[in-house]
Amino acid sequence: MDKRALEWDYEIEGKDFRNAGKVSSKVKEILKELGFDPDFVRKVAIASYEAEMNVVCHAEKGRLHFAILPAVLKIVVEDRGPGIPDIDLAMQEGYSTAPPEIREMGFGAGMGLPNMKKNTDELNIVSTVGEGTVVEMVIRPPLSREGSG
Amino acid sequence: MLWEPVDLQLEIEMAEAADLMSDVLTQSIGGELLLTGLVNSHVIRTAEMVDIKAITFIHGKRPDEKTISLAKQKGIPLLATKLFLFEACARLAMRGLTGSSGTIW
Repeated sequence: MDKRALEWDYEIEGKDFRNAGKVSSKVKEILKELGFDPDFVRKVAIASYEAEMNVVCHAEKGRLHFAILPAVLKIVVEDRGPGIPDIDLAMQEGYSTAPPEIREMGFGAGMGLPNMKKNTDELNIVSTVGEGTVVEMVIRPPLSREGSG
Repeated sequence: MLWEPVDLQLEIEMAEAADLMSDVLTQSIGGELLLTGLVNSHVIRTAEMVDIKAITFIHGKRPDEKTISLAKQKGIPLLATKLFLFEACARLAMRGLTGSSGTIW
């Protein structure tokens, strides 16, 4: 197995709704090109898109780091923003602090973090109020690829 | 049709309807056709993420040019109907389209 990790870094601009989703679109294209299972690609794309939208909706700016490691796929989204005061509360389905303009776009239903949990094998959130949030997601491909066993 | 690829060959068996993109993103089995009353570019992005193959805008609503051009880029055909959401869905269901449970009746 190739020990080299494949890694990418993308910037995410807060409140840039026109370009929101571009980064996750790239993540999805990369995985598709590499021939990953379509259901796995869909799960990763959803988790990445939810995380990206959170940065666009709530933060000033952020960065998505995406790495294909030998056995797992890892996405780390860091932002500079208001932070999450109560992560347990934010994890509850339906809890949202999104302003009306975000809801008008079809988001802000309080499903983002729970949906990230649903589509990933590990979800870790570290947040400091007034500074920002780091979301780390680990997703395992359905079958370990040849030679990684 | 608002836009379709020249070589459009698409077979659709399963549809879903939502105005809330969060709902589309939380479906564990996605529909192939999305009916929606939302017309912004996030509809296209959301469709792209969950492998939706075509989008129908209901109630005579039309997306702007930028949204249409994003759909072109992603190869997602766009349709429009004057029907409201319920009637558009009902007509498709009567012609045999199912939802994510795989059955309508």
